[in-house]
Amino acid sequence: MSTIPSIGQSVSRLEGKLKVTGTAKYAGDYQVPGLLYGYVINSIITKGKIIRFDTSKATALPGVIAVFNHTNRPSLAWFSMQYTDMDAPPGSPFRPLRDEEILYNGQPIGLVVAETFELARYAATLVEVEYETEAFETDLRNNASEARSPKMGMATMLKPLPPRPKGNFEKAFEQSFAQSSGEYYHGTEHHNPLELFATTTIYEGKGKLTIYDKTQGTINSQLYVANIFGLKYKNVRVIAPYVGGAFGSGLRPQYQLFLSVMAALELKRSVLVTLDRSQMFTFGHRPPTIQSTRFGADENGKVTALNHAAIAETSRFEDYTEVVVNWSHMLYPAENTLMQYKLVELDVFTPLDMRAPGGSTGLHAIESTMDDLSYKLKIDPLELRLINYSDTDVSLNRPYSSKELRQCYLHGAEKFGWKNRNPEPRSMRNGNKLVGYGMATGIWEANSLPARAEAIITRDGKLHVNSAVTDIGTGTLTVMSQIAADELGLRVEDVTFSYGDSQKPFAPIQGGSFTVSTVGSAIKAAGSALRKKLFKIAVSMEGALLKGLEIEDVRFENGCIVLKTDPFTFISFTDIIEANGGTPVKVIKFSVPNLLKLKKYSRATHAAAFVEVEVDEELGIINVTRALTAVAAGRIINPKTARSQILGGMVWSISKALREETINDSLLGKYMNQNLSEYHIPVHADIHDLDVIFVEEKDDIVNELGTKGVGEIGLVGMPPAIANAVYHATGKRINQFPIHFDYLL
Amino acid sequence: MNNFNYLRASDVQDAISQSAREADVKYLAGGTNLIDLMKYNLTRADILVDINRISDHREITELPDGGLRLGAFVKNAATAWNHLVEEHYPLLSKAILAGASAQIRNMATNGGNLLQRTRCYYFYDANVPCNKREPGSGCSAITGYQRIMAILGTTEHCIAVFPSDMCVALAALDAVVQVEGPQGMRSIHFADFHRLPGDTPHIDNNLKPGEIITGIDLPAKGFSKNYSYLKLRDRNSYAFALVSVATGLELDGETITDARIALGGVAHKPWRVAAAEDFLKGKTASGENFRQAAEIIVQGAVGYEHNAFKIELAKRAIVRNCMMALHPESQLPGAQPSA
Repeated sequence: MSTIPSIGQSVSRLEGKLKVTGTAKYAGDYQVPGLLYGYVINSIITKGKIIRFDTSKATALPGVIAVFNHTNRPSLAWFSMQYTDMDAPPGSPFRPLRDEEILYNGQPIGLVVAETFELARYAATLVEVEYETEAFETDLRNNASEARSPKMGMATMLKPLPPRPKGNFEKAFEQSFAQSSGEYYHGTEHHNPLELFATTTIYEGKGKLTIYDKTQGTINSQLYVANIFGLKYKNVRVIAPYVGGAFGSGLRPQYQLFLSVMAALELKRSVLVTLDRSQMFTFGHRPPTIQSTRFGADENGKVTALNHAAIAETSRFEDYTEVVVNWSHMLYPAENTLMQYKLVELDVFTPLDMRAPGGSTGLHAIESTMDDLSYKLKIDPLELRLINYSDTDVSLNRPYSSKELRQCYLHGAEKFGWKNRNPEPRSMRNGNKLVGYGMATGIWEANSLPARAEAIITRDGKLHVNSAVTDIGTGTLTVMSQIAADELGLRVEDVTFSYGDSQKPFAPIQGGSFTVSTVGSAIKAAGSALRKKLFKIAVSMEGALLKGLEIEDVRFENGCIVLKTDPFTFISFTDIIEANGGTPVKVIKFSVPNLLKLKKYSRATHAAAFVEVEVDEELGIINVTRALTAVAAGRIINPKTARSQILGGMVWSISKALREETINDSLLGKYMNQNLSEYHIPVHADIHDLDVIFVEEKDDIVNELGTKGVGEIGLVGMPPAIANAVYHATGKRINQFPIHFDYLL
Repeated sequence: MNNFNYLRASDVQDAISQSAREADVKYLAGGTNLIDLMKYNLTRADILVDINRISDHREITELPDGGLRLGAFVKNAATAWNHLVEEHYPLLSKAILAGASAQIRNMATNGGNLLQRTRCYYFYDANVPCNKREPGSGCSAITGYQRIMAILGTTEHCIAVFPSDMCVALAALDAVVQVEGPQGMRSIHFADFHRLPGDTPHIDNNLKPGEIITGIDLPAKGFSKNYSYLKLRDRNSYAFALVSVATGLELDGETITDARIALGGVAHKPWRVAAAEDFLKGKTASGENFRQAAEIIVQGAVGYEHNAFKIELAKRAIVRNCMMALHPESQLPGAQPSA
């Protein structure tokens, strides 16, 4: 009777009941006695200076404690570097309330603190601010001629610049048998997690703070606060056990954290600052990006020339970059390539990673161009991908640690019924609806970073695992518990995973689809070390059954160390702890990816997306009636939570291709639809039949667990697959996202 | 949101007398729009008079002439699902259910539906010019992003649209609005209730100060055999119409004996053109005739950079919806296009 391995099982979210019953507490839910409430005042101009800031009417209201602005804020850290967080791009990070300068519309310029939220919000309307305005630019397309190369910095390590040109692109393109070129565009998008950004700073006295923050990195927030406010690291504790979605918006500390902490320290009181929905549009976002592609192929469909150029938005103070143009050559082995990536500075806040940053942008252009090329070559779009299939990453001349994309194509096509597609556009119908099939490839990096984890067996024989990592709603708690359970041969119920707390062992920010690989590897390493430690005690126990044995001779199962050759010879963890004088057995392990080994390989997840759309021929209304994504992402720890990640990416794909856009009025220099009524994300009626397949993929190189992460891959291939399906249905190729139905009239 | 006093009116007369105070008084019914506007500081009131406790005007009753009176305080959802409405005025039922969300329809009242304000982005942003919000400040929409804006009846002062679905059906059905005010009771024909922007876009309708809507009368003719409501929007639910159409047809065989066509999402009020309806009378119910009627309806339409598509879309929507009215049994939920 051995413990059934938990990895590979569809364990339901361990915190699911707490969440659906409203018992889980989020950053803004900590109602401590004497709590004060902050409401942020935002700039209503786009660029210029504050010349008057009159708070007298607000502060005269009973119950209003203080109004902070650039004139009365405490003195703060001087150097730009002290404001630099783990995800800061090259440049000088934005400093809230720094001075009278206005850098973008919606910039926080003040904080009203009052006894109630409603009072703070009302008092904020009584604050009178006068500005001196200056000319501004917020439109990427109007300023594309200002594009320049991005600055280099730490961020370029995880976000490599475009690869060097190969061969002679212009010549090869000109001489190619078939050519496709296109201009692609998407505007600004905002993350809009359901949970509003909030920070509750509990003022503990003696220089100590406990901070409940909405973040994707507790230690990132901790270091940010300590550095700016000159506090000792150990005196700043940041807690974030539940995060109501973030999608990248929590990768950098947002201004409510700064303001909440500043007010708490100044007032020596606990302060909650919650943003409202319109304020959720006043920090990072997916940058608008203009792309152009030119692909050439020979008569057999072999791609010979690849050119992909992108111009993206950034702020005036930081160079935010994405990996947009590197992907085509990772997929398709052309001899001649030319990749370009440039930035335009505008009077906006610095863009911020938003689910599948760069990948979902770049693959839109790449996979739409491949689709177009397939029609020019009269080759089935799927066949064209197979013709250009490469087992190695030609862009870097190295093998993939694993790549089962071919199986994604084949299994996906089979289950979707791709063979029923008539290649001719406008040839398939359902009543008065035009039917289209489209497909596209997805690719995303499979990174891992260093992390630390602690594992403890307590007197009751149960396992406790600790990490500072957050769970941004992806199922981290559940899968980490599964990994830990298997390592010690326990059931998931016997594992307590404590996380979302900066006092726990180090974990990097949670993003980039690298959390399972990063923290999971640390937990595996800690579990393995704990096994050895338990075994060492067990062999030395008095009258020990295991005397003289090696760890290879035993198994860990059901909370016991069991002799492989004789299942009736075992020692329980509880007995081991008793033998240890009742003291829990504890290990902390630091796991670092083996870069020497890893750098010989490219590591990526892959996917193939298949989409069916129906388009009303006269009215243009588009519905994604059916979609399937086949994913190769290494070992899947939990099929249920992994499937949810892909489904979420697929819903978002429908959103990205057909629904969401932040309306940017460049005359006013501001966003005009700062609410969920007019920022359109899909409703239930937009979502029809969605299917997910995970293909088998064994990877001994990527990390000890063989996992690659599934957070982003669902949002890379499907948006272009939708655009390709719309083309197949209508014969119209729309290269701008979202595709408004009236473009098809 | 500013500080305000909150009062509860015991009956309509009580509410009206409260409105005579020397203060900015607003009636609070479902609150689904008013509270939002107050939270955004777009509307302020010194006194909110809650009219939800008034016991009158909470029913849907048959009128002696065969019509129906919808109490002003009946919720939108209760109206849509009322068996008399469903049976005799399915067009109205369908239009209501195409609007907002189930939660909002459960709160919103019939009277309040007529009084909701535009969802123009620029009206909703207190920090940009808007003649509707601040007369004389200018119209930011004309130089801005006009996707959701009007194509008919606009002026240089305002291109906002009236957002209601319910009212598009009420316009098509020739409803009559019953109001009570300081000067007593009166009736307003639906076509005269809402206003075009002209040079006073801040005035949405012809209610006089202190007047309360008490009911909406539907004439006996309900077009329950051949009707359709079509709503075209940027997602399949919970979005305002870019173009919507309410159609009621009366047929003798294939000949049209009476026709009503009202458009939503294209103007400052539901848009009806008598000439188009007259054109259809005596004609065969055919796509060609509907197309000609559509041309008449959108005559004089002016498109801007981002909403010019609405002109052609409106025409196509009219034709489709008239065709759909011939087969009401095959219509889809959510006022989506069907064959």
